[in-house]
Amino acid sequence: MKVIKIDKKDWADSLGKLSGPYRLFGPVRDKDFHNFKELGNDEQPDFNFQNTRVSAKSMVLPQSETLFTYSLDEKEPDHHQMREPEKNYSPRAVLGIRPCDAKAFLLVKRNFDTPEYKDPYWVRAYEASTFVGLACDDPCSTCFCTSAGCGPFHEEGLDLLLVDAGDHFLAKVLTQKGKNLVQAAGWGVETNADVELMKRTAESRIASAISTEQLKGKAATDLYHAPFWEEAAFACINCGTCTYSCPTCWCFDIQDENHGNAGVRMRNWDSCMYPLFTLHGSGHNPRETKIHRVRQRFMHKLKYYLDKYDAGIQCVGCGRCIRLCPVNIDIRNICELMNSHDPGACTCQVA
Amino acid sequence: MENPYLPYPVRIEEIITETEDKNLKTFKFVFQNPEDEEKFAYKAGQFGELSVTGKGEIPIGIASSPTEKGFVKFTVNKVGLVSSFLHTMKTGDIMGIRGPLGNWYPWETMEGKNVLIIGGGFAFTTLRSSIIYMLDPANRSKFKDIHVVYGARSPGMLLYKDELAEWEKRDDIHMHITVDATDDPSWKYNTGFVPTITEQKAPPSDGETYAIICGPPIMIKFTQPVLDNLGYDHDHIIMSLENRMKCGIGMCGRCNIGMEFVCKDGPVFTLAQLNATPKEY
Repeated sequence: MKVIKIDKKDWADSLGKLSGPYRLFGPVRDKDFHNFKELGNDEQPDFNFQNTRVSAKSMVLPQSETLFTYSLDEKEPDHHQMREPEKNYSPRAVLGIRPCDAKAFLLVKRNFDTPEYKDPYWVRAYEASTFVGLACDDPCSTCFCTSAGCGPFHEEGLDLLLVDAGDHFLAKVLTQKGKNLVQAAGWGVETNADVELMKRTAESRIASAISTEQLKGKAATDLYHAPFWEEAAFACINCGTCTYSCPTCWCFDIQDENHGNAGVRMRNWDSCMYPLFTLHGSGHNPRETKIHRVRQRFMHKLKYYLDKYDAGIQCVGCGRCIRLCPVNIDIRNICELMNSHDPGACTCQVA
Repeated sequence: MENPYLPYPVRIEEIITETEDKNLKTFKFVFQNPEDEEKFAYKAGQFGELSVTGKGEIPIGIASSPTEKGFVKFTVNKVGLVSSFLHTMKTGDIMGIRGPLGNWYPWETMEGKNVLIIGGGFAFTTLRSSIIYMLDPANRSKFKDIHVVYGARSPGMLLYKDELAEWEKRDDIHMHITVDATDDPSWKYNTGFVPTITEQKAPPSDGETYAIICGPPIMIKFTQPVLDNLGYDHDHIIMSLENRMKCGIGMCGRCNIGMEFVCKDGPVFTLAQLNATPKEY
């Protein structure tokens, strides 16, 4: 695989070159944290971060997005009909995305890009994007990516992987999109440098792990009826922070919003933590208690997704939900309870 | 790329108030663009998202039959924001429909078999679609005996009363209409709850009979043991589920029961399938 050397002193110039053919996005400091946003003219991404507070999912699935506009004014010929808004799907480059967030897009893609239906907003934004990853040398204590199908130098989902090597970056070109970006930036100095040792060092710094190998073989109904959910959910306040910060949570709501006779049909991030998420018009709620809702989140990530696609769990081990949970619910513990659950052994406890 | 969120524009052609409490109305829609009707080709058991511009969308079973051309019909209970507003709309108003969505009753599997339809209350809409479809001259010979048990609280709460009366007169469908109770001396059909009438009138399974059940949870709960006694296997008992939905295409994430999305993998499931999944409906 081709490795290219990029001197940091040339970095700003390269971004200048890229800002023509690409809309540039990157992590910037936002109060006490870093988050992704579109970079202004001459604005530099700030790579001095462990990971962004919220994941990079908004690059493809914005927190709020207009699906359609419409008019309620009967004088207009197309009144009450949905109009598809103009959207900018010109090439965009997401600079400095962590490998976990990039891999997450591949997991989420299975939901939005299916044989039967394609979500055109998600698919177009995803296809327009070139993902320039930034390898992790300094993981958080809550990271468990290496046991969640990912890793600090993981390449899946990335077009280019940057490795910080002091006064320069080493760039591993992974796809045609990555090659195009390298060309546009004018990066051309190939090197024989090997990032393998740096990768192994980084992987050895990931201090925690989960076990998932037993999940597949267990019946969903056995895990659903396991006795540990009540205790697991006890402290949960259903704040939804876990779902909002998660790179693999994609659930959304659709709402019509009117301003006089004009309106927009919006989609907004939603969360399985909220009772309204599943409330029927009749008043019946199939997930009426927080135990139902906490169980749904973990069962979806660690069992339903696994069963549906047979492609691993719906988690990349970024650890955000662990760091940000106000009551210290830890997906690593829940995963262990699920993975080691023996329905035969606990019948007496249930009784 | 097709946009699966984009509704077909439709015009309200006719509105029929179905029940004495006026909470159920049937809306007959005509597509604004005739070619959209072909794209909306559906099978009995599927649903659509009714898009009331400025209010939102609601998932509603299709009450018309694929054999009825030139329009689609939906019977809507007045419940929430969108359905309440829809009940105030007039003929000629413009709105939208997305679909058809979800799976359908297993018509190919049921060919050459007896079919028992059990419906309660306003959950008779896709069952109407199914009956019209099966009774169509082109289709009737594909099915053996057809029995229908349909109950409502009172005679005035039955849907599609004129059609029920017509089906009663036919000899190629066995109707067992019932009401929970009535003091109407002219009521000439059954009186009693759906599970009881099913026990008295429904044919026992010969291993080749499929039962399709739609109704309120309480009706389903008490009908299931009756069907067990009549010898129906759980993979011959077919149910149509409802859950809160938004997208209708398996993406927005709220309607799942276990790994299945009610909107896309359902809404039609066999009881055998439901037995293997968490009962979050």
